[in-house]
Amino acid sequence: MIQSLSIINRQLSIKCENITKTYNKGELLAVDDVSFAVEKGELFGLIGPDGAGKTSIFRILTTVLLADKGTATVAGFDVVDDYRAIRNRVGYMPGKFSLYQDLTIKENLEFFATVFGTTIEENYELIKDIYDQIKPFNNRRAGKLSGGMKQKLALCCALIHKPEVLLLDEPTTGVDVVSRKEFWDMLKKLKQQGITILVSTPYMDEANLCERIALIQNGKILSVDTPQNIIKAFPVSLYAAKADNIYKLLTDFRKSDFVASAYASGEYMHLTLKEDKPDSIRMLTQYAAQHGHSDAEIKKITPGIEDSFIRLMQQPN
Amino acid sequence: MNRLTFLLRKEFRQIFRDKIIIIMMFAMPTVQLIILPLAMDFDVKSVNLSVVDHDHSTYSQQLITKIASSGYFKMVGAEASYRDALTYIEKGKTDLILEIPAGFERNLVREGAQKIGISADAINGTKAAIGGNYLNTVIASFNAGLGINVTANLTSPPASIIDITWSNWFNPLAEYKYYVVPGVLVLLLTMIGGFLSALNIVKEKETGTIEQINVTPIKKWQFIAGKLIPFWIMGMIVFTLGLLVCRIVYGITPEGSIPLLYLFAAIYLIALLGFGLLISTYSNSQIQAMFTAFFFMMIFMLMSGLFTPVESMPLWARSIANLVPITHFIKVVRMIVLKGSGFSDVQPELLYIIGFAIILNGWAIWNYRKTS
Repeated sequence: MIQSLSIINRQLSIKCENITKTYNKGELLAVDDVSFAVEKGELFGLIGPDGAGKTSIFRILTTVLLADKGTATVAGFDVVDDYRAIRNRVGYMPGKFSLYQDLTIKENLEFFATVFGTTIEENYELIKDIYDQIKPFNNRRAGKLSGGMKQKLALCCALIHKPEVLLLDEPTTGVDVVSRKEFWDMLKKLKQQGITILVSTPYMDEANLCERIALIQNGKILSVDTPQNIIKAFPVSLYAAKADNIYKLLTDFRKSDFVASAYASGEYMHLTLKEDKPDSIRMLTQYAAQHGHSDAEIKKITPGIEDSFIRLMQQPN
Repeated sequence: MNRLTFLLRKEFRQIFRDKIIIIMMFAMPTVQLIILPLAMDFDVKSVNLSVVDHDHSTYSQQLITKIASSGYFKMVGAEASYRDALTYIEKGKTDLILEIPAGFERNLVREGAQKIGISADAINGTKAAIGGNYLNTVIASFNAGLGINVTANLTSPPASIIDITWSNWFNPLAEYKYYVVPGVLVLLLTMIGGFLSALNIVKEKETGTIEQINVTPIKKWQFIAGKLIPFWIMGMIVFTLGLLVCRIVYGITPEGSIPLLYLFAAIYLIALLGFGLLISTYSNSQIQAMFTAFFFMMIFMLMSGLFTPVESMPLWARSIANLVPITHFIKVVRMIVLKGSGFSDVQPELLYIIGFAIILNGWAIWNYRKTS
């Protein structure tokens, strides 16, 4: 039993056990008894809105913040006792762009390479795909780069010492849609090289791009699983509705006694019922018509991560 | 050690990239050292004087001519009444009023004594006091030269008079520039060293780069040394530049040993950079650091004995002045530059400055460890 446990431990890249962190002398609870584990070579997502506690978890894992309670290991090392070992093995990209704005792309990259006792050439293979895209601007100062280029440079700097674990705190926040897509493609390639990646994002659509995700809200983890399983675990049928006056439709449905939840989602509104029946669509259309929405379009849909998240959020603890 | 070299290379790159900072660091002290001592001249040269002469006699004319030709006074008015003259003071047009009463000459000759009135605008206390003294001296000299006193002295045996002559040591002409230039040099060095080091480290906090640095294997002492060494070198260059300005512009060459001066500058800069580091550990933004540094700089400036001698301050102020590193450095620079003091003369000050260096840096490093 003990032996099998240690085997599991070796295969785990990141392990958090009952991590709790408070600020302002315990007044503000940022991370509440969080436990999760990331396997070696896995692309793991921490999904949650702003202020959910994602950055605090990242700072604890990168050894710059001490947890109040609980233990955590990264690459098999304890974040408190072996912080030096972790710093040599982890690549970290903070949520805020944190490179030297007055140094050029090349100078930043060189600086971080030398700090880790390596050179750009030594690990060039690892960053080649990403670096080649920004190389034409080698002599431009980092502060003068576009958001997408800054993000690529930051990723290069985080990778330059060939880390075992990559910690990316909201890497795609404030980046355009095309760059975001490119970024996730890059992450997939990195994953193929055996690097464990922990990434946080407030965007639900990015959750599907991770192998496993943890949904986090108010410092608590709501669920940890593959995106598919989380969606599958959605217990009831989900309906989408649309009408000319969608706002009134939403308020009308919320007033009714058979709707459990209703919320806007893109051009549609999503709703779940207290009691699902085979002819629910007909009933909903009828109800809408009674309230003056003769044009209402109602259909049954498969839920997404966002729906699961909202449902988990609304559940009483 | 190798890592420190890379950090230093990065720091120098950043410093030299910011052209404005470079100009601020080298041109600003040079220009200020040329301009400030010229403006900060405490020698009272032109005291505005208005005269109310009720006598209109030969003696009163002689007195007025003597005062006017003394070179210290600028005659701004001759009014018929004291009340008219007082409006000059009220409007700030004159500093002193000399009132010569009617019967001035007659009383002097007949009774051998006469009073005259001096009124001074004491808003600028120094100017009023010094101007009043000048006037008294001129009147005393006029008094001694009066015909009746001269003849009187011939008939009676001369009264025993203590005649005072004096010489100004270390600053023969008692020129203010010799006093103030070394002080200004120290002050500028303090501003450059204190401000720039404090702001530079806080900048890393503000832009978040310290976050990235913290997760690298860079050790804290390496990071701190990487910050302090460049500014120490810059400070020494500024100090050299200042000494050159002293020599070229003011003709002040250190009387004492130059290596001794540099030894003090080197240790003083370490203390100062520790001070900057200390501020940066307590501040989260450059504005906070700027204001904190500015607050202390004001105290340093006014209490360091740069403008007024520390010895004439009240006891509490003297205690504060002694707790300010710049006080000791100004004192030492004046001693070495003007007096040519040797090592044994300045030894106590050396201990003070070493003490400051240890305390400030120790405190800063302790606090820096604690915060992150």
